[in-house]
Amino acid sequence: MTPHEHSYFQPSTRWNRWEIAFWLAWAAAYFIPGTNLPLLTHILVWGLFAMSLDLILGYRGIASLGHAAFFGIGAYAAGFLAKFGWTEPLSGLLLAGITAGLTGLLTGRIVRGLHGVALLMVTLGLNMMLYDAAQRATDITGGDDGLQGVALAPVLGLFRFDMYGHTAYWYVLTVAFVLLVLARALVRSPFGLALRGARENPLRMLTLGAPIERDAILAFGLSAAGAGIAGALLTQTTQFVAPEVLAFQRSADVLTMLVIGGLGRLYGGFIGALVFVLLHDTVAALDPIYWYFWIGLLLVFIVTFFRQGILNTLDKLLASRRGEAV
Amino acid sequence: MAVIATMLFNGLAYGVLLFSMAVGLALTMGMMRFVNLAQVSLAMTGGYLVVVAMPHFGLPYLATLPLCFVLVALLTMLLERWVFRHFYGADDLTQVLLTIGLLFMSVAGAAYLFGPSFRPMQVPDWLSGQVPLLGLMLDRSRLFLVGAGATLALALFLGLERTRFGAMVRACVDNPRAAGACGLNTSMVFALTFAVGGGLAGLGGGLAVTQLVIDPNFPLRYLVYVLIVVSLGGTGTVIGTLLASVLIGIVDVAGKYYMPQAGSSLLYLITVVIMLWRPNGLLQRKGMP
Repeated sequence: MTPHEHSYFQPSTRWNRWEIAFWLAWAAAYFIPGTNLPLLTHILVWGLFAMSLDLILGYRGIASLGHAAFFGIGAYAAGFLAKFGWTEPLSGLLLAGITAGLTGLLTGRIVRGLHGVALLMVTLGLNMMLYDAAQRATDITGGDDGLQGVALAPVLGLFRFDMYGHTAYWYVLTVAFVLLVLARALVRSPFGLALRGARENPLRMLTLGAPIERDAILAFGLSAAGAGIAGALLTQTTQFVAPEVLAFQRSADVLTMLVIGGLGRLYGGFIGALVFVLLHDTVAALDPIYWYFWIGLLLVFIVTFFRQGILNTLDKLLASRRGEAV
Repeated sequence: MAVIATMLFNGLAYGVLLFSMAVGLALTMGMMRFVNLAQVSLAMTGGYLVVVAMPHFGLPYLATLPLCFVLVALLTMLLERWVFRHFYGADDLTQVLLTIGLLFMSVAGAAYLFGPSFRPMQVPDWLSGQVPLLGLMLDRSRLFLVGAGATLALALFLGLERTRFGAMVRACVDNPRAAGACGLNTSMVFALTFAVGGGLAGLGGGLAVTQLVIDPNFPLRYLVYVLIVVSLGGTGTVIGTLLASVLIGIVDVAGKYYMPQAGSSLLYLITVVIMLWRPNGLLQRKGMP
């Protein structure tokens, strides 16, 4: 590798100060008195979910309108494990992620040749089918009342999940951090570069000999596994699952968050989740009946003026202030 | 036998409603590749026009239907000129998010203007009750729907096939750039097609008042159905949309009758299977109406 090529990869592999500040801010938030820990935990779960969608949408350009299916599969897998005696949280999390990931690989195989509207419709259709099934199988899932009796052992045998959400916060933050590190390594690996290449110009990647279809299926599986882990975290921290985890609304919300934050950035999902959940909370408190209107207006506003998302817009601003060519 | 025939008929009536709500979307998606999810909001607007105009202005039901078409078409034209036009070049995802935002706004707006609950409609005498036909007892309101739907489909088909404007629309579906290069005012054709499609959705909403519940959640409830119809029928084709609407209408009615425990899953399953078999829809033939 020539020095020139090195310099292309270097700035992206090194941790920059914004990333370090981002994670320190989450850790510091814990110590601020009066912090709403359950809300922050909730945001982290959404952020992780949005990050997993970013893997296929931002880095590979495959839009899914049914990503809540994998979130829900992970959530239910964790719920059933805990309900039927497998109370150790970390292995439960892993198993939930694997279950969702395998389903994702299968789905990836089904949708691999589709584009545009057909892709959106098939992912949406699969999502709706699963939601419908979960809501109707009341003797298994408990229907709208949800799955009761989810109890977990302490994390690592040391930290019990408490009702104030102290353990839950650190648990989710650690898992989110670890998964971000993994995803970060993944998108900067040759595999990640091949994904981005296929996003920009699939035909060219194909003529270069890249197995773009296999890569896309694998990326779909990994993204589904991430979504499943996010779902499992929600179950474990709230000790409850309802069919709502599979709802189409969730698929639409996570897409919105990702677009607000910015595609193809990994952090875009977290920033988008932070903005979306906080805004949602504020607006719903100010205007409990018609808050939908403001969410809609926000969406219109974002696609009109901030199509690139918060992070990409900020990036351009910073670059132009430094006088660099964008 | 009579049960099956009645069910097919009810499915057909439901399919007609879906057709009128979806056909505008199919045309605009075929022409300017614009995914307008707010199409269902336009249908809701038509429905509210009927349930509000009838008691307030004392209009008969039949007189409100043209009103639905004209007013909603005008509204759509304004939306197209002010908003949609600027997003023709954007990617699918941007358009989906933009129009789903508009859809959310319409849901909250309808709740604000008309209240959150269901607005019932005074069904006129000539539309209520049943009438014997070919040995079956059929609902008058559904019979009216099927008749209106047949007229609508025929008018649309002939309008696209036989009129000058129809030829312009077909040219723009086929290749907007080449049509523009031939001196066609494509921007005007886009706007008019949008307006006609929106007007038809409004008319569909007006027709729907006897069958479906008109409340602020109407767009959220029927969005999926309309999307399924459009993707199954294929974009830019009137006949494909009609075929898909009737298919979905019948599957939905039959599924609820024979397999109530499966719910809508049957519908989604058929959608997924058809989309995998024919990703571009049942009848994807560009240039044909």
